[in-house]
Amino acid sequence: MNTHAALLVLVMAAVTMLLRFLPFLVFRKQTPPYIAYLGKVLPAAIIGMLVVYCLKDTRITQAPFGAPELVAGLSVVLLHGWKRNSLLSILGGTVIYMVLVQAVFTV
Amino acid sequence: MKSLVVRKAFLKSLPVMAGYVVLGIGFGILLRDAGYGLPWAFAMAVAIYAGSMQYVGVGLLAGGAGIITALLTTVMVNARHLFYSISMIGLYRDAGKYKPYLIFALTDETYSLLSDGETPFPEYAHLYRFLVSLFNQLYWITGCILGSLLGSVLPFPSTGIEFSMTALFIASFTEQWIKTRDHLPALTGLLSTLLCLLVFGPERFLIPAMLLITLVLTMMKGRLEEKTV
Repeated sequence: MNTHAALLVLVMAAVTMLLRFLPFLVFRKQTPPYIAYLGKVLPAAIIGMLVVYCLKDTRITQAPFGAPELVAGLSVVLLHGWKRNSLLSILGGTVIYMVLVQAVFTV
Repeated sequence: MKSLVVRKAFLKSLPVMAGYVVLGIGFGILLRDAGYGLPWAFAMAVAIYAGSMQYVGVGLLAGGAGIITALLTTVMVNARHLFYSISMIGLYRDAGKYKPYLIFALTDETYSLLSDGETPFPEYAHLYRFLVSLFNQLYWITGCILGSLLGSVLPFPSTGIEFSMTALFIASFTEQWIKTRDHLPALTGLLSTLLCLLVFGPERFLIPAMLLITLVLTMMKGRLEEKTV
């Protein structure tokens, strides 16, 4: 059981490392213009993807219809637009979410 | 001079501190609840060092997943790191002895701190980036250990703490939205992923989403390149 768990951790670590190192190994000499272009435009797209990824299990068809996620998510956007302080935006949004799921939308 | 580099790097890394400690605590608690204590939290924080993957990893460990499943899941969850590395090739090219760690420690947050290529000390650029990366991982390890240690004796009920990961990405998304004039790449990411989520469902939408994003961005190449000049 523990050997298997250790093996799983090892696989996760090795694959993660491989993904991070692969582009550096493949494009060691020089970066093709197409790859350089992707390097420039992908990050913004990928952050957008990550937002959706985090919210993928939100159930919008049953109570509370994703309301905690919506309210807390918008709070993060507003807090960040206001102060542009990542600390504040993340902590604020998380606290709001915790209050909502613990005290307001208790199903 | 070098102590000044350390101080500047620390200040740069500070915004990540709270996020990583909170996220790390959330991870440590989940992992402990799944039956894996401190040594596991520490080992995963040191060796994997990828936030969302470690959260997913708790599920893999708890469910006793197979090796192939773990391998494929890691590829799917972390494939985006390929993209991060692709855009850092130029910046890290001559980093010398710091290069392996810089690449190893390229998380979403470290990437978002360093990808603009700015550094207060051109002659110590690689040391500076190394330190920012290292500080970030130290926050992460600290959080994971704290979560594992505090666990159920946390002074507040922790339901919902997992939202800190979501909040982190929403904050990053907002930040890059404010900083850039062209929002097409961001919208492409958001809408392509949403579409794939609706079509393929929450279990298998990530790889199609990455392919669709790459395809759409490739088709917009001429247009976007004109605008970014």
